[in-house]
Amino acid sequence: MSDLAVDPSCETFVLNMGPQHPATHGALRIKLVLDGEYIVEAEPVLGYIHRMHEKMGENRSYLAFMPNTGRLDYLSALSYNHGYVSVVERAAGIAIPERAEYLRVITVELNRISSHLLWLGAFVLDLGGFTPLLYTMDDREQLLDLLESVTGSRLTYCYFRFGGLYNDVDDNFGPGARAFIKRMRRRLPMYHKLISKNVIFRQRLEGIAPVSAEMCRKYGATGPVARGSGIAYDVRKHEPYSVYPEFNFDIPVYEQGDSMARYLIRMDEIEQSLRIVEQGLDKLPPGPIMAVKVPKIIKPPKGDYYMAVEAARGSFGIRLVSDGSATPYRLKLRSPCLSNLSLFGEAARGLLLPDAVAFFGSLDLVIPDIDR
Amino acid sequence: MKKLAISQALAALASARVLECDHASRGFHLSVAVAPLELPAAAKILDQQGFFIEAITGVDWLGEQAAPGPTVADQAEHQPPLPSEDSFEVVYDFNHFAKLCRVALRTRMPRSRPEIPTISAIYPGANWHERETHDFFGIIFSDHPDLSPLLLPEDADFHPLCKDYKP
Repeated sequence: MSDLAVDPSCETFVLNMGPQHPATHGALRIKLVLDGEYIVEAEPVLGYIHRMHEKMGENRSYLAFMPNTGRLDYLSALSYNHGYVSVVERAAGIAIPERAEYLRVITVELNRISSHLLWLGAFVLDLGGFTPLLYTMDDREQLLDLLESVTGSRLTYCYFRFGGLYNDVDDNFGPGARAFIKRMRRRLPMYHKLISKNVIFRQRLEGIAPVSAEMCRKYGATGPVARGSGIAYDVRKHEPYSVYPEFNFDIPVYEQGDSMARYLIRMDEIEQSLRIVEQGLDKLPPGPIMAVKVPKIIKPPKGDYYMAVEAARGSFGIRLVSDGSATPYRLKLRSPCLSNLSLFGEAARGLLLPDAVAFFGSLDLVIPDIDR
Repeated sequence: MKKLAISQALAALASARVLECDHASRGFHLSVAVAPLELPAAAKILDQQGFFIEAITGVDWLGEQAAPGPTVADQAEHQPPLPSEDSFEVVYDFNHFAKLCRVALRTRMPRSRPEIPTISAIYPGANWHERETHDFFGIIFSDHPDLSPLLLPEDADFHPLCKDYKP
């Protein structure tokens, strides 16, 4: 940090980064007070694509809200589908067939990989490296084709239903997923050679914008941001849901807390997700994909319920308040990106502007998820 | 046991009503109702025990006096006496990184005087969550550093999640 940032001269100026700026990956504005190239103050300004999903939840049936959940964090839509169906199933006491649970986990993990791949390409692009984007898009394309054959859509999935799934996978899905695992395991060392070991890339990230574990706690940061700061917190292990306890996988944790640690966490997570998918395909039980007795109109008993799932960007939570009718009384969507971004102002103080862009990219934010 | 430690510490507050919940069916372990004035004290206890803040949200209980709402019916004896008019509820979700323990901290205030103290001095992360709650419900968090709209337009003077909101 420069001395100027600690004790700014009287020549500070305000610079708006965004709302239309390629590095903010969406309509987000950051109001920066700069002293030369050093950040004195950074204040994110939100709300440019606020759609009031929570109010929409209050005026439609439980099932009709389902497509909305794919439009929050559109890069890991299946995790959000999963959180929403799980909280309603928890409230209404619906049990899910095992095959459906396995397929949920497999598709969610594939979605996590595709989300991390897009992030990887875009992140390196932010730092001036164009080539990796083309490689990650190529890999991601395989995944999108695979998920499209199952879910019917390529991005804003709406695949899960209360009590199970919309449809079963076909015979090509298993071999297709295995082929992808094989392909991706060959590609990961290539990515590490191409990106992780690149000296320019490393110097842009190593030791830059350290986020302490205490800061994560105070701001409620979760996901790769918290795990990059030495906190071994992953909802899949910490508060197991679905059939995650049946799987053997590790939670990557790095102590450094810098931008490089957040990058490495996601690279390791791709590997772990591949392991989960592989085990899921091995263990996939036969049977139905829908519970038998699911009421056509869901009316959960009065009360409030909470459900958290591990989305690609952290802990996504839903608090559902039911008054016993066919529409939710209140539906709170806890966005991981909002909490992860809220520490930006404090952590970016004193950084060089280009380092702040790298830091911002390493947080992996999806703006529609923040603005809801 | 984190749950035991935190429930004892919170129960020591004068207004606190601590209720243990079944995590499998509800999704949280402890539901703690406190009076608005004791919120900062409760947040301080949670902070000292290493909890992190997950979310803050409001619930509008308009019309509850006429027909009792969801949480009131089944937990009547654990709730502090309701205000004698319709109320807002604010729910703070806390969790612990090391030991799984979800705490839902609740407080109620009358709809006509929706003002409670802020906890943003204890948890800086609460700042945005409180601003959002102010946007959506018009609840005023006193001593909050900046309650300008977070997600709504900067000149918004409406609160869309109030049950009597008409667009």
